Amino acid sequence: MVQFTDWDILKNLLLAARWTILLSLLAFAGGGLFGLILTLLRSMRSKIITRIIQTYVEIFQGIPLLMQLFLTFFGLSLIGIEVDAWSAAVISLTLFSSAFFHDIWRGCIEALPKGQWEACRTLGLTYLQTMRYVIVPQAMRMSIAPTVGFSVQIVKGTALASVIGFVELTKAGTMINNAVFQPFKVFAMVAVLYFLICFPLSVLARHLEKKNHVAR
Amino acid sequence: MSYQLDFSGLVPYLPQFAAGLWTTIELTVISTLGGLLLGTLCAQGRISKDAWLRRSCSCYIEIIRNTPFIVQLFFIFFGLPALGIKLSAWQAGMLAMIINLGAYSAEIIRAGIDAAPKGQWEAGQTLGLTRRQVFWHIILLPAYQRVYPALVSQCIIVMLGSAVVSQISVEELTFSANFVQSRSFLSFESYMVAALVYLLLAILMRQTFALIKRFAFKNPSL
Amino acid sequence: MSLVSLDQVHKYYGENHVLKGVDLKVEAGEVVSIIGRSGSGKSTLLRCMNGLEEYQKGAVIVDNQSVENDDYKLRLLSRSVGMVFQNFNLFPHMTVGENVMLATKLVMKKSSADSEILAKELLEKVGLADKFSAYPGNLSGGQQQRVAIARSLAMSPKVLLCDEITSALDPELVGEVLKVLEKLKQEGMTLILVTHEMNFARDVGDRVVFMNQGRVWETGQSDEVFSNPQTEELQSFLAAVR
Ligand SMILES: Nc1ncnc2c1ncn2[C@@H]1O[C@H](COP(=O)(O)OP(=O)(O)OP(=O)(O)O)[C@@H](O)[C@H]1O
Ligand SMILES: [Mg+2]
Repeated sequence: MVQFTDWDILKNLLLAARWTILLSLLAFAGGGLFGLILTLLRSMRSKIITRIIQTYVEIFQGIPLLMQLFLTFFGLSLIGIEVDAWSAAVISLTLFSSAFFHDIWRGCIEALPKGQWEACRTLGLTYLQTMRYVIVPQAMRMSIAPTVGFSVQIVKGTALASVIGFVELTKAGTMINNAVFQPFKVFAMVAVLYFLICFPLSVLARHLEKKNHVAR
Repeated sequence: MSYQLDFSGLVPYLPQFAAGLWTTIELTVISTLGGLLLGTLCAQGRISKDAWLRRSCSCYIEIIRNTPFIVQLFFIFFGLPALGIKLSAWQAGMLAMIINLGAYSAEIIRAGIDAAPKGQWEAGQTLGLTRRQVFWHIILLPAYQRVYPALVSQCIIVMLGSAVVSQISVEELTFSANFVQSRSFLSFESYMVAALVYLLLAILMRQTFALIKRFAFKNPSL
Repeated sequence: MSLVSLDQVHKYYGENHVLKGVDLKVEAGEVVSIIGRSGSGKSTLLRCMNGLEEYQKGAVIVDNQSVENDDYKLRLLSRSVGMVFQNFNLFPHMTVGENVMLATKLVMKKSSADSEILAKELLEKVGLADKFSAYPGNLSGGQQQRVAIARSLAMSPKVLLCDEITSALDPELVGEVLKVLEKLKQEGMTLILVTHEMNFARDVGDRVVFMNQGRVWETGQSDEVFSNPQTEELQSFLAAVR
């Protein structure tokens, strides 16, 4: 049997953590972009579009992320698209985050006082002008903290990609554990690495939130 | 490519799904109660005068909130036996869910406590109540009421998270779906059914909590 | 034709019949105060005059334009009707100057240079020439409200609607806002004010409208209404607020 030193374990975990970070970044970018499109579509104020987007959000927030991964993985191959674990993970994490991002951003837009809309109406601004000059700039400022906060959820979400066989930090942990049989040590190390990625983001989100409160 | 979805092929496996659903419900109910209790105690610890207690509570909260649930689960199920703590899969899953909800709900409940007007504490203490009595009798209920929507969402998130305990072979809904798809080869259909059931459970939970709200908070909303 | 004319206006919020056939005419240059108990429909009435609220029956005509629920028509109307709100509704992410210039640029299509000249002129008028680059958050309530007035004036409206614009202010700041209104009156601006400032209504207002239960209950020249109220309801209202 191969002998693993602690340093070997850590090195392998760190190598795998790169994939956790890359997957998180892709999901953040993809989910952000798609969530933005959803938010723009919804701001067209069409009843049907709003209803469809609401249902979309409810579905993605009402089904376990793990189940979403399975459905993407098996669903895509069903319609003839063979996907590897990597693409399935990116796709489902993107869809998952887009629903949450949309929800966060819509919440920020709706949190603005009604008076802002009314003031714009009495000044004769069009809907798009109101959005562009008054609503979006304020909503954007408000949304930074919860957006950073949600990025922590994305990082943690990537851990589930291990279940469909994508080798990131968690999967690497289980694989290494199967070789060295030191579950306490290995999973503690895995947890610490996640903590090192997530905790700074959490602190940043909290700091931004406080700044927001002071500003208002 | 034309593939006909075949849900009728799943009918023979209904008992598996039902058994899985039952375990999921069991896990959810117990972990919700246990998690909220733990969260409340921890929120109380966070505002304690004892600095050591305060610090350990926030350590617990930060660790849980900044690591994935599945890692917590593996740590409890695979790691703890090394310390001589042996748990069945069901117990480990349940414990992981309680600990997880405990941390998240502590943070939420604390926000509700922080929002209590200072006068409430002072009024209670001038009536001769101890700090603990003020907390349990005066501060807590309105605090729940303030953050109720966030608490409900968090409980639902933990229910959905229970899917992950299938990974240590707790035979809940996702485990059933895995089992059924390996037998019937109707993988997409199995997972669709499970997903739908989760969706319904989420809706059901929301409604149950709405009902509880009507009984628990008789005073007009704050 | 009167500048503002309401004819048998009815407004419902669901089942709640809030305006029950309101008739009101306001001539150019008039200062009209609307008084009445909380919930009598004063704000609703005002908001029907610029289309912020829809009404179900009757007609509202302002500056020869019918007020209807149509985005385009309401945008045109915004050049004739200005509105100042109780809680200012300034845009917190813009400087005072940007607040005032936003609509002149976007709606009136004035150049930046012209907008700036106008904005400075208006801020001078409300006594805030030095606050052009300040943010609303750094101003006192009274100053913010004066910026809001300047912002409305930038559209050179024919009539200015004010809904309890001093109610959110500390007592010592009320005077500076009322002074601006007085100045506007002297310049011939038409003002319709919902107000709790009875002294101001009596001394500066030309006419008083007493709203009660969704109707114009009593109306007349200010000094007469205050010295010699006709209806029992107005008498008890005045007794209560004094
Ligand atoms: N958005 C709304 N939805 C439903 N009902 C409303 C709404 N706005 C006002 N009302 C109701 O319409 C009635 C008149 O309200 P309005 O705000 O016009 O009164 P007001 O005279 O301005 O009172 P106040 O002095 O308190 O401002 C009240 O009974 C109020 O409850
Ligand atoms: Mg009002």
